[in-house]
Amino acid sequence: MDKFSGKIWVLGDDIDTDIIIPTEYLALETVNDMAPYAFSPLRPELAGQIKEGDIIVAGKNFGCGSSREQAPEIIKALGIKCVIAKSFARIFFRNSINNGLLLIENEQLRDVVKEGDEVTVTLNESIEYKGQNFPIASLPDNLMDIINAGGLVKAMRKLNGLD
Amino acid sequence: MGATIIEKIIRNNVGKEVKPGEIVTVNVDRVMIHDIFIPFVASKFEEMGFKKLWDPDKVVLIYDHLVPASQVDDTRHFRVGNEFVKKYGMKNIHRSDGICHQLMTEAGYVKPGNIVFGTDSHTTTYGCVGAFSSGIGYTEMASILGTGTMWVRVPETIKVTINGTLPENVMAKDIILKLIGDLGADGATYKALEFAGDTVENMSVASRMSMSNMAIEAGAKCALFTPDEKTAEYCEMELTDKEKDLIGDSDAVYCREIVYDAKDFVPVMACPSNVDNVKPVSQLVGKEIDQVFIGSCTNGRLEDLMAAAEVLKDKKVAPFVKLIVTPASRKIYKQAMENGTMAILAKAGAIITHPSCGLCCGRTGGILTDGETVVATNNRNFLGRMGTSKVGIYLASPKTAATCAVAGKIVEPK
Repeated sequence: MDKFSGKIWVLGDDIDTDIIIPTEYLALETVNDMAPYAFSPLRPELAGQIKEGDIIVAGKNFGCGSSREQAPEIIKALGIKCVIAKSFARIFFRNSINNGLLLIENEQLRDVVKEGDEVTVTLNESIEYKGQNFPIASLPDNLMDIINAGGLVKAMRKLNGLD
Repeated sequence: MGATIIEKIIRNNVGKEVKPGEIVTVNVDRVMIHDIFIPFVASKFEEMGFKKLWDPDKVVLIYDHLVPASQVDDTRHFRVGNEFVKKYGMKNIHRSDGICHQLMTEAGYVKPGNIVFGTDSHTTTYGCVGAFSSGIGYTEMASILGTGTMWVRVPETIKVTINGTLPENVMAKDIILKLIGDLGADGATYKALEFAGDTVENMSVASRMSMSNMAIEAGAKCALFTPDEKTAEYCEMELTDKEKDLIGDSDAVYCREIVYDAKDFVPVMACPSNVDNVKPVSQLVGKEIDQVFIGSCTNGRLEDLMAAAEVLKDKKVAPFVKLIVTPASRKIYKQAMENGTMAILAKAGAIITHPSCGLCCGRTGGILTDGETVVATNNRNFLGRMGTSKVGIYLASPKTAATCAVAGKIVEPK
């Protein structure tokens, strides 16, 4: 998946974890049960519209709020390939890496894109939108190790000699 | 070169000098898991292939978000939690003693200089006693349960100095709301906050707790106060030299320094629907309200309930307003019963609930609907947090909240 393209959904600044999944749905048994309610306080129809391989483009501080790990898991369960935002909240960032949800930071893209358009991501290099290129940084080694292992659960299984 | 508090805590833990940006593996002193996440922690822990906890005594499980159960699904969390406790030989479990962050310090699980992680974003609270504490997800929690270690990036520090005497109508809550408004909801992301100055030195541990609790609302990784005599008394211990040394050195390097004069603070509110949308109460006067909530891990402590009682003594809550009071723990509930605070609140017309997260996370007791307004002392006013997405949540201090409950509208406390 070094290079991929996807249709984009555009969101604003400070998309918090209560918007991504409200507390009232957190006691449902699986993240798949919760996924239809994703983003419901802001855009109740959005979860039903997202298709496998789509990309979210958002403003600053994406994922701020609670430590609920269901937030990145649900975004992944909806089929979102990656989230591109101006910045991410700290706990959401860790949770996403641990669950293998790709996050990309870019300051400019959000302000030029239109919902429904397509972007192309070349990992650790750049994002391409309508002929324009936006450079992106690569992740630190210890995080790439977790991603390369396939997430933290798999990394720990390896540590315990299971895989 | 000098060090900040967080640099000293991490240095003492790993046994070598550290600098911001460096990634290190720390030994974890204590972890906290609450009811919402225990089923996920338990399944990830077993999926990872661990057979035992690294140290059962260092693991604390607290039921608070779902207590008492309001939906049938909630009971599964208690069943899974109870099974986990039994299977792995845990002793530290609280089934109805109060909110996790209150209990972690109140029950003595956290000491100055400790490194603590919890499956809740407001785990930053324990910085009130000089501990490095931060929220994590359930997968990372499962890995700590097996290994006792966690990687952290040593954060840069923002130093906040406050000197002087606060005006009578201002509480610690007003300070932290003002700071969050000034920093913005992401102004401290990945960073540590460090508090200093005689205003915070003169503050109770409970007030410091309100401030460290809300640090996450500016994105902070942790928020630290230097342990002092008040900390020692609160933690029922004598401070060692190492613990007393948890103070920012004069030649420490800070990424930003903010200085406030205490007398400049005024009562403020965080207006819908972002915690950094902070305005002086004086600009909001007259807005009619439907409900007031006094409680949560931010402001459900004895001094908060007493501040509300002082306002409500010999007064009545406005007839169309519901005032919900939720003590942060059973101990606080009992203290407030014994010193007469509860009687004053009840006489004024408050609905007093069991200690729990209650309305703060929008699951029980006081859900609101479209067009309604609530003044609340908790830490988040996000869209849909306490009912529908068209509820207006105004965050304020207990003093301001109680004053509004009597007036039936937003007013400034005296």
